[in-house]
Amino acid sequence: MYSEKLMEHFRNPHNMGELENPDGVGTVGNPICGDLMSIYIKVKDNKIEDIKFKTFGCAAAIATSSMITELAKGKTLEEALKITKEEIADALEGLPPIKMHCSNLAAEGLKVAIKDYLAKKGKY
Amino acid sequence: MKRIYLDHAATTPIAQEVLKEMLPYFTEFYGNASSLHSFGREAHNAIEKARAQIANLIKAKEEEIIFTSSGTESDNLAIKGIAYRHKELITDFEGPHIITSAIEHPAVLETCKYLEQQGFRVKYLPVDKYGFVNVEELENSISKGTFLITIMHANNEIGTIEPIEEIGKIAKERDVILHTDAVQSFGKVPIDVGKMNADLLSVSAHKIYGPKGVGALYIKRGVQVEPFIHGGGHERGLRSSTENIAGIVGLGKAAELAQQRIESDAAYMTKLRDKLIKNITENVEESYLNGHPTKRLPNNAHFRFTGIEGESLVLSLDEKGIASSTGSACSSKKLEPSHVLLAIGLNEVEAHGSLRLTLGRENTEEEIDYVLGVLPEVVERLRKISPLWGKKLELEEWKKKLEKEERKSKEIELR
Ligand code: FES
Repeated sequence: MYSEKLMEHFRNPHNMGELENPDGVGTVGNPICGDLMSIYIKVKDNKIEDIKFKTFGCAAAIATSSMITELAKGKTLEEALKITKEEIADALEGLPPIKMHCSNLAAEGLKVAIKDYLAKKGKY
Repeated sequence: MKRIYLDHAATTPIAQEVLKEMLPYFTEFYGNASSLHSFGREAHNAIEKARAQIANLIKAKEEEIIFTSSGTESDNLAIKGIAYRHKELITDFEGPHIITSAIEHPAVLETCKYLEQQGFRVKYLPVDKYGFVNVEELENSISKGTFLITIMHANNEIGTIEPIEEIGKIAKERDVILHTDAVQSFGKVPIDVGKMNADLLSVSAHKIYGPKGVGALYIKRGVQVEPFIHGGGHERGLRSSTENIAGIVGLGKAAELAQQRIESDAAYMTKLRDKLIKNITENVEESYLNGHPTKRLPNNAHFRFTGIEGESLVLSLDEKGIASSTGSACSSKKLEPSHVLLAIGLNEVEAHGSLRLTLGRENTEEEIDYVLGVLPEVVERLRKISPLWGKKLELEEWKKKLEKEERKSKEIELR
């Protein structure tokens, strides 16, 4: 059901954990289906310098959150905001249709974290 | 890597003895049981032998056993068959009424939902935290229009064994037909249809080391069932179709084996089950047993672990060679958590953190020791990834937090 790439990220998720004093935090989820995700970012010179995540959810939810941290790291905030769920799914070599909402969640989580940062900075 | 199979509630391997008995019926004794010649007679005799083997195991008479293609078909034939036969007889102005429970297998629940669309009324009884049907409420729910009670013998997820004899007594007193789905309990705990006062009882072969694609339905003599497969009039006109002889032979043999071994199997599996339960609940922080501690199937251990989700757990265990199952729906087609776990009072997040380990004859103590060694590590690893662990946020807090975040992100967009 899952691609080997996805399973790899599930087995060894990248950037797993929490950041101390993050510049922005995004928490999203849907407790009915069981996904809950927190994305923590550190921002320097408008770029995502560091990013970590914590996820309660299925293998797809864990792998998509791992993948989005990979995709977002080093990007400018504008670039990071543009990451789509399709991009995450593609990077994982596909997701079963019923699991697409998991990657949606990862993209959402990152957006909320960036917005949180911008709001704190008074940039909104 | 060694593979350990702990998903016997899903299906079991075919026992060697069963397979051996079945094989000649594919190649040597391939007759059609309806034919008059010797080939046909061989097939016919094989079916009758299997009928007797199954009848013996549940203390029924041979002629009270009908062969079907599965437990699901047996449930459908029992419930729809009784419903269609009785619909016209109901004089209650409120209409024909069926009583079932909230934790039935989909084969029963979906059949009842279908009948609701056909104008039947259905009462879905709640259960307590162990999964026991509320017998008092059952009795109070019986009305003039009630013609059928269908309550499972043992739950397929949490393993709880329902007080079916008590329910049977009430059904008999009130002159209501009782059907029980015994797919999970058949061959694992003693069944006596007379003591149960059961009028119909569904069983399946592949949960007791028999082949897939064959089941049976016990129909007490005198109980009238409307068939829904029409044709050549096989199985007393109740289930037309050329019989799956090899499958039926397999079911019969599996039932015979189960009967010979029922006590020793149950004792053996109870020992392994209790070892799992004791060690896991004692050694893994915030792990709990779902279902009743003792009134449960001898081979079923069902847990929940705070802070982690079932599919991740099942896949992680699979990586270590352990085949298990989950109460989380993330791995299935629907994403809502198990209706059984919600019915016993768990919230969604708790229900998602469930794991079902179901034992079989071939499991060994060493395998259980291996599982007990691996499981705590796996749980710990997943908890490290989880935002719900450590902070121990309650679901309500989470929901509030999520709402706040949502509002925040909306406000930001508005500005
Ligand atoms: S966590 Fe339930 S589908 Fe992803």
